[in-house]
Amino acid sequence: MPDTGTITSGGIGDAVQRKEDFRFLTGRGTYTDDINRMGQTYAVFVRSPHAHAKIRSVDTSAASQASGVVSILTGADMVADEVGSLICGWNVVDRHGEGHKAPPHPPLAHDTVKHVGDQVAVVIAETLSEAQAAAELVEVDYEVLAANVDTGSALSGPEIHPEAPSNLCYDWILGEEADVDKALANSAHVTELDIINNRLVPNPMEPRAAIGEYDMATGEYTCFSTSQNPHVLRLILCAFVLGIPETKLKVIAPDVGGGFGSKIFCYAEETTCVWASKKIGRPVKWTSTRSEAFLTDAHGRDHVSHVKLGLDANGKFTALKVETIANMGAYLSTFASSVPTYLYATLLAGQYTTPVIFCNTKAVFTNTVAVDAYRGAGRPEATFVVERIVETAARELGVDPAELRRKNFIQPDQFPYDTPVALTYDTGNYEASLDKAMGMIDYAGFPARRAKSEANGKKRGLGISAYIEACGIAPSAVVGSLGAGVGLWESAQVRFNATGSVSVFTGSHSHGQGHETAFAQLAATKLGIPFENVEVVHGDTSKVPMGMGTYGSRSLAVGGSAIDRACDKIIEKGKKVAAHLLEAAVEDIEFADGNFTVAGTDKSKAMEEIVFAAYVPHDYPEGVEPGMDETAFYDPGNFTYPAGTHIAEVEIDEATGVTEIVDWVAVDDFGNVINPMIVEGQVHGGIAQGVGQALLEGTVYDKDSGQLVTGSYMDYCMPRADDLPSFRVDMTTTACTHNPLGVKGCGEAGAIAAPAALINAITDATGAVTVEMPATPERVWRALQENN
Amino acid sequence: MQNFDYHKPNSVDEAVANMQASDDGKFLAGGMTMLPTMKQGLAAPEDLIDLHGIDGIAGVAEGADAIEIGAMTSHSVVASSALIQSDLPALAALAESIGDRQVRARGTLGGSISNNDPAADYPAALVALGATVKTNTREIPAEDFFVEMFETALAEDEIVTSVSFPLVEKAAYAKFPNPASRYAMVGVFVAKNADGVRVAVTGAGPSVFRASAMESALDGDFSSSALDGVAVSADDLNSDIHASPEYRAHLVGVMAKRAVDACG
Repeated sequence: MPDTGTITSGGIGDAVQRKEDFRFLTGRGTYTDDINRMGQTYAVFVRSPHAHAKIRSVDTSAASQASGVVSILTGADMVADEVGSLICGWNVVDRHGEGHKAPPHPPLAHDTVKHVGDQVAVVIAETLSEAQAAAELVEVDYEVLAANVDTGSALSGPEIHPEAPSNLCYDWILGEEADVDKALANSAHVTELDIINNRLVPNPMEPRAAIGEYDMATGEYTCFSTSQNPHVLRLILCAFVLGIPETKLKVIAPDVGGGFGSKIFCYAEETTCVWASKKIGRPVKWTSTRSEAFLTDAHGRDHVSHVKLGLDANGKFTALKVETIANMGAYLSTFASSVPTYLYATLLAGQYTTPVIFCNTKAVFTNTVAVDAYRGAGRPEATFVVERIVETAARELGVDPAELRRKNFIQPDQFPYDTPVALTYDTGNYEASLDKAMGMIDYAGFPARRAKSEANGKKRGLGISAYIEACGIAPSAVVGSLGAGVGLWESAQVRFNATGSVSVFTGSHSHGQGHETAFAQLAATKLGIPFENVEVVHGDTSKVPMGMGTYGSRSLAVGGSAIDRACDKIIEKGKKVAAHLLEAAVEDIEFADGNFTVAGTDKSKAMEEIVFAAYVPHDYPEGVEPGMDETAFYDPGNFTYPAGTHIAEVEIDEATGVTEIVDWVAVDDFGNVINPMIVEGQVHGGIAQGVGQALLEGTVYDKDSGQLVTGSYMDYCMPRADDLPSFRVDMTTTACTHNPLGVKGCGEAGAIAAPAALINAITDATGAVTVEMPATPERVWRALQENN
Repeated sequence: MQNFDYHKPNSVDEAVANMQASDDGKFLAGGMTMLPTMKQGLAAPEDLIDLHGIDGIAGVAEGADAIEIGAMTSHSVVASSALIQSDLPALAALAESIGDRQVRARGTLGGSISNNDPAADYPAALVALGATVKTNTREIPAEDFFVEMFETALAEDEIVTSVSFPLVEKAAYAKFPNPASRYAMVGVFVAKNADGVRVAVTGAGPSVFRASAMESALDGDFSSSALDGVAVSADDLNSDIHASPEYRAHLVGVMAKRAVDACG
C-alpha cells in the first residue's frame, strides 16, 4: 500500500489527501498511450494543410510501398463501409421552429476539407516512425477554396456547407424581443457594449489518444480512449457512427490527464481506430501530437456580442438584450449547439432580478476546427456579458459597482427564484459572498492603495465578478424537451465484499477531479466504514453498469447523489438483515456510524457483521436476497447553482502595459463540501484558466489563409505559475435544496468568474471602456495611451 | 524527423571535413533550435555534425581587457562563471535570462549566435560590447557577423570557436519577453566604456541593430532621462500577433532606460 499521506479520518468535510496522487506524482499512472496491445499498429493521419479545399484525388500508391505500411485508408473506404457521420447530440430548434443545420461530418473527409487539420486519410504501419514517414508520401491533390474563419463576418463569407446557406447553423432566441425593446425604450439609462469572448485552445496536459482493437473470436471491439465519458462515447460510436451493438464495444478510459471539456466529444480519430482495427485485424493506436491537439481538439468560446442593459432612475435593471454570433467551427461537434444557447442565454440573469431578458444567438460555420464545451461552456460567456455590462453601467452612472450589484441582487427570501430565462434558482445568498469578498480584499482601502501605486508609476484597478452558474445539467425530461439527445442522470453501484471492503462503481469519470478520494469519503461516511476500505472504480464500460460521464461540474451533484442513493439501498437491506439477527422488527432498526441498532437498546450489529451475514447467509431472513450490492440511477430535479464573488486587483506598468495581478479573493458558495482541499484546488485551477483567457490565451487564425497562427506554445500563451498571484479563497454556504447531499458543483467556477473580474480591474485601471481579451501588454498600453 | 547520418568529429578540421563531404550537412551545437526544427520536419539535413567531441572550444578564459568564451560553452556556465559575474556581470545576467534551466544547460553561445534568431539575447550583448567572433578561419567583428534574420557572415563550412568580449565600465541588459515563448520581444543591451556608449537592440527588428540616436544622447549624459524624447523608428521593426512595430519601438525606449538605470 503506497503512502497516501496522513488520513485524518476521510469523512465528509475532511481535507484528506488524494488517493490517486501517489500514482500520478510518481509517474505510475496508466494513460492510454501507456497501453500497448499484442500485434499493435500505429496510425498517423494525413491532414489538410488548407482551411478549405476540394479533394481532387488522394494517391496512396507511393506511401503504400513504404517500409512497414500495413494499410492506408481514406474517406472513400469509409463511404464504402457506410461509416456514419460524427453527430451533434443536441438539436437546437431555431426561432422559426426548424432544427439546426448539422451538415455531414465524415471522420475521414472524402470530397472537401473544411479546416486546417481535417483528416483525409490514415496511414497504419508497424511502427510510429514508419507511419509518419509514409504519411508524408500520401499525395493529395487539392483545389483550394476561399477560407472563412472570422466569427463576426462569417455570415457573409464564403459558403462552407451547401446544407447551411450563409453559413448559418441556427438563429435562436430566448425571451420576448418586443418586451425587452419596450423596457429598454422606457429605461432612464441604457448601457451598450460590444463584447468579444476570445477563442481558446483547451490544452489538457495529456493529448488525446485512442487504441481500437477487434477480437475476431468474439466479434467484440475495445476502444481505449482519453474520454471524459466512456459510456457516451460507446453510445455514439455504436448507435450513430459504426453501427455496432453496445454489447460488442467496450470503451475503457483509463487515467486521463485533464480534459476541460475537450475530451467529452466523439472525434474522428477514435472512430477511425475502432473501424480500422477490424479492417486490418490488428489493434490500431493513435496518439495526438501537441501540434495535432492545437489543430483538432475542439476549441472553446469564440463569441461576438452586442449587449444592452437598461436601468431605471434608481439603478434597478429593467431589461437586458444580448445579440451573439457564436462560432461553431467547420462542423457541429458533439454538444456544440447547446453551448451558446441553453448553457449561455439561460444564465443571463446572473445574480440579478432583471425582469425581462432577450437573447438572440446566431451560430455560424467557419473554416476552423469545431468549437464546443470548454470549462464552463456558455456560462463563462454569460458571466462575462453580465458582469462587464453591469460594471460598465456603474461607471457610466458614477455609482459604486458593488452597490449597483447589491441593489439588483436576488434576495435570500426570494428563493426559489424563477428567472426570465427559464431557470429556477433553488437557493443562494449573493450579498453574503459579496460582503465577505469585499471584507477580504479591504474594498474600503482601495483608494489608498491606488494612490500608493500611482506614486510608483503604476495604475491600479479593482474588478468585481459576481457570477452564477448552472451545474449538473438536468432533469432529463427538461433537457430532452430542449433538444438533448440523451438523458442526464448518473448511475452508481455500491458493492460490499464479504470481508467489508467496498467497491464503488461510478459512471462519472475522473480526469483530475479527485473522484477516487471524494467519492470514497462520501461512501465511507454514509456507510460508517473506514475511508481506506473504499475503492472507486470508473472509466470502463465493462465494469461500470452505465454512465453519462463528467462535464458541467456534475460529478458530485449527480454522480455523488447516485452513490448516496445506492448506499441508501445498502442500508435498507442491511436493516432487514440486522432485524433478523437482532430479533427485532425492521422498523425498530436504526443505522448510524456503521452500526445497526435496535432503537432504545444497546443491541447492535456492525455493518461488517451484516455484510458477512449477507454473503454467508447461514442465519438469514427469509425472502431477502443474499449479497450486498446495490445499483442506483439518479436524475436530478434541477440544476445546482453555485455562485459567488471574485475580486481581482491589478497593477499596471504604465511604461509597458504589463498587468500584474496583485491580489485575488474568491468567495464561492458550493453548498456542502466533501473535501475542501480538492474544492480549493478546483477553484485555483479554474481561476488560472480564467486568467489565461483574460490575459494570455488568444487563438488566431489567419484571415486570408485560414492557417492557425497560434499553433504551438511559441505563440499560444498558457498561464505559468509566475503569471498568477496567491489566491485567497473562502466560502459561504447555502445547501442545494434538491439533491440528497446538498452539494453544488465547483469545477468550472473559477474559469467562469475570473475573466470578468480581471477585465473589470484592467478597465478600472486604464480608464478604458473595453480592453479585448487577451489583455496583452500592447492592448493595455494602447488603452492607457488612448485614455490618459 | 527524417533519417540522417550522425557524425561526432574530434577536431575542428575534422568537423569542417565532414561538412565539406556532405551535400546537406548541419553543425549541431546545443541543438535547442536544430532538433525541434528537425522534429517538426522544417529541416531535414542529411548529416548532423555534432561539435561536442571537439576539445578546446568550450570554457571561459581571462584575456587582456577581455573575456574569451568558447563557442560550445553553455548558457548556464556563462551565467555561473565567477569571472564573468565579477568582470562582466551584465553578460552573466543575460545568460541566466535565456530560456529555462534545461535550455541553459544545453544551449551554447556559439550555437545561439550562429543561428542568429532575431529574438535571441546574445546578439545584443555581442554588438553592444563590441565583441569579436573567432572562427576556424578568421576573426569577425560582431557588427559584421550578424547579417539578417537567421543569417550570419559564416560560410557553410565555417565554425565559431570562441567569442572575445571586451571589458567595459558599465553594462546592463533589459529584456521584455514575449509572453508565450519568453524569447526577447525587445531586448536592449547598453554598454559604456571610454570610447562611448553602445546600445544594441534585439527582438525588435529582423536582426540585432544599434540605436545610434540613443548612443549619441547617452554619450553626452549617461542617464535614463537623457533618453527622454529619443525615439527609435518603427519602420522595419517586426510585426506579429504579440506586438506591432509601434509598440516594439516604444518598448525599445523603455527597455533602454531600464538598462541605463540598471548600469547604476
